[in-house]
Amino acid sequence: MSQGVAVVGLYVRDQEEALKFYVEKLGFRVHTDVRNGDYRWLTVQHPEQPSFQLGLFAPGPPVHDAATAQTLRAVVAKGAMPPLVMSVSDCRAACERMRAAGVEFTQEPVDRYGTVDAGFRDPAGNGWKLIEAR
Amino acid sequence: MSEVPANQAPELLRRLLRAKDRIDAAPQQDWPVRRLARVSGVSAAHFARSFKLAFGVPPHRYLLTCRIERAMALLRDTDLPVTEIAFQSGWESLGTFGRTVRDVTGDSPSEFRARVRGAACGLARVPSCVVRATQRPPLTMAVSEKRRRAGDGIKRVRKTRRQA
Repeated sequence: MSQGVAVVGLYVRDQEEALKFYVEKLGFRVHTDVRNGDYRWLTVQHPEQPSFQLGLFAPGPPVHDAATAQTLRAVVAKGAMPPLVMSVSDCRAACERMRAAGVEFTQEPVDRYGTVDAGFRDPAGNGWKLIEAR
Repeated sequence: MSEVPANQAPELLRRLLRAKDRIDAAPQQDWPVRRLARVSGVSAAHFARSFKLAFGVPPHRYLLTCRIERAMALLRDTDLPVTEIAFQSGWESLGTFGRTVRDVTGDSPSEFRARVRGAACGLARVPSCVVRATQRPPLTMAVSEKRRRAGDGIKRVRKTRRQA
């Protein structure tokens, strides 16, 4: 077995909406999708990164009380969560592909320090940078 | 926790964020409240108040911080003439641009440029939007307001002297 970070979670407003976005628009695959009452453990995986899962978690019961859940949803919707970075081999091509799939870009690709980067958000407000691997 | 503006629905906040993102992407453009309100899908009357409640600054001041950040980055990282930088970062008047840079940095644009030349190369590995967010000046009041208050102060002192 390999050791290391296996799952990192994001908070999303709506897991169904997030699932559609990450799978249909970004090309991720569902890794685990299990429910227990109101709770749903949902993780997706980048097709080229089998050892890592991105968790798509919704704030709410039974994990959070209503006020905490509201605060978490607000923080995500304001774009105040930490930055996320995805590596791509060709930033401009990836942008075009994703834009055609309906992804909303917040920053057009720009050349910067010998690489190219762009920015987009998921429907909940989590901000991603798309950076061309050097 | 009770002081968190929890009354703003996540759906509204997400739409306000869209307007903020549009300012970030193109601070050199004109962003009248009506245009921003349209991006967020709210009425112009509610937009400025909702934006300030969500992000802690009124939209026009947020726009100003983005323009100043842009201008400072161009002064630092490029050889463009100051006039061109003023234009590219959204100022129509070179005089206002020079005054604003001086108010925020304490230096004229060319003095600022000489002081910070090449200073940010250590941030090459940090995504650009993050760098930009960290380098926006924290304007607790509008620059014009600060200048006006300073001006008022001077006038008041003069008046007092005259009265004395």
